[in-house]
Amino acid sequence: MLQIENLSAEIGGTKILDGLSLSVGAGEVHAIMGPNGAGKSTLAYVLGGRPGYEVTGGSVRFDGKDLLDMEPHERAAAGMFLGFQYPVEIPGVSNVQFLREALNAQRKHRGEEPLNGGEFLKLAKEKAALLKLDMDMLKRHVNVGFSGGEKKRAEMVQMGILDPSFAVLDETDSGLDIDSLRVVGDGINAIMRQPGKGVLLITHYQRLLQVVQPDYVHILSQGRIAKTGSADLANQLEAEGYDKVMAA
Amino acid sequence: MSELATHPTRPTRRDEAWRYSAVEALEGVDLDVWRDITIAPGESWSECLVIEDGADTAATELRRLRIDIGAGARCAIFAIAAAAEYARIEIEVRMGRGAHFEMGGITVGGRDTVREFVTRVVHAEPEATSNQTVRSVHWGKGTGNFLGSIDVVRDAQKTDAAQDFKGLLLDRGASVNAVPQLEIFADDVKCAHGATVGQLDETARYYMAARGIPPELSRRLLVQAFIGDALVGLSDDDTRERLMRVALDKLDKHL
Ligand SMILES: Nc1ncnc2c1ncn2[C@@H]1O[C@H](COP(=O)(O)OP(=O)(O)O)[C@@H](O)[C@H]1O
Ligand SMILES: [Mg+2]
Repeated sequence: MLQIENLSAEIGGTKILDGLSLSVGAGEVHAIMGPNGAGKSTLAYVLGGRPGYEVTGGSVRFDGKDLLDMEPHERAAAGMFLGFQYPVEIPGVSNVQFLREALNAQRKHRGEEPLNGGEFLKLAKEKAALLKLDMDMLKRHVNVGFSGGEKKRAEMVQMGILDPSFAVLDETDSGLDIDSLRVVGDGINAIMRQPGKGVLLITHYQRLLQVVQPDYVHILSQGRIAKTGSADLANQLEAEGYDKVMAA
Repeated sequence: MSELATHPTRPTRRDEAWRYSAVEALEGVDLDVWRDITIAPGESWSECLVIEDGADTAATELRRLRIDIGAGARCAIFAIAAAAEYARIEIEVRMGRGAHFEMGGITVGGRDTVREFVTRVVHAEPEATSNQTVRSVHWGKGTGNFLGSIDVVRDAQKTDAAQDFKGLLLDRGASVNAVPQLEIFADDVKCAHGATVGQLDETARYYMAARGIPPELSRRLLVQAFIGDALVGLSDDDTRERLMRVALDKLDKHL
């Protein structure tokens, strides 16, 4: 459902992605691992259309459409979800308001009827419970005063509510303790491990991959996919480190 | 009788209280429109002032209030200047012992409109409290001003006065001016004032876009959050929604 071909991108004139190719089919979970600064977040932002991330070559097709041609909000409405490595705080806007506006904007874009307040709250409660996040947290302003772990759980509640067909999750496991990791991993499985859906899971650690088991593991290095393997590759990385695995 | 005869001296920008005003828009306008309000000791009075687009909205809109707040009385004013080429809401307040004055003000506007609040709060007796919050959102070449003076006389001990201004500029050509002026002659006084100016948080807007919220809607949501500060002290939901709607409608039309 996602085909990235020979993608190159720059930030402020510096080349970060350099001919990256990757294809994710429906029903698949692909993990992307790689050293700090390899360009993992850059890939996520390029897929999410973040201003300042300039695509200089290649193409990305999402469900047969040209993803790079869409505005960021159109990508979301088309089913793309970007889980942020650093979720953004929005003072003055409650999670409930934010997510209801977001869901209804997506529905409107797809020509669907908006959810009313009651319907939305029911959905939000269900997804908050799935991620074991207190519903009171959703009444607070978006990510304001949330701990690192709470922000990541809230991201997954957002994903549950918006119910995307494809998720790019950028280090959703960082900042989580063992118990939270389990909850978040189970949440990702519940929301995204479905026949028509795909996931690109960016992570440093193999811990999360024990819960959300990937079909493929890619190593991103110097702006491109340097190695691809099965779930085993993650174990090997954990045991031996990037340098050794890459040299092999 | 000519205008000149009725108002021998018209304000100019050299006058402190008209420093950033569209004084040229005062030509032929009657300035002597003061409304005097007296709030008896212990009473409460509140008012909502709205300058919005309408059939009888003039090019220049002035609202001038002089309020005497008796001992232990409360006065609350929530106001928005969202229409007219030049809109000015001017409030002079004299506060008795233990009185409270609450003001929340909003200016919004684009093109080359000027919309402003000018307040003068006199703490004339001890133990009175005042709290003023103004939020200004401007685009195009629009201007928003808050000139707020606070006078605390020698005997007005235990005065607690606060004034807070924030401006949000949506375009490069827009501007806001904040001129706090504090004259404090008592020594046991709390007086706080702050003024900041900024732009829309583009990181927040991208985050919202990544969740499916289009640019006009994220702007609306962030502006709503921004001006909400000015209405925190307003307990009446209907009034709050009305003021918010006037501001956001103007923003959406972007005129
Ligand atoms: N805003 C930016 N301006 C300039 N360089 C950046 C910016 N963001 C990231 N980079 C650089 O791009 C490279 C890749 O960063 P990033 O995609 O965040 O890596 P990763 O997520 O794999 O750790 C790094 O060298 C980083 O310094
Ligand atoms: Mg990163």
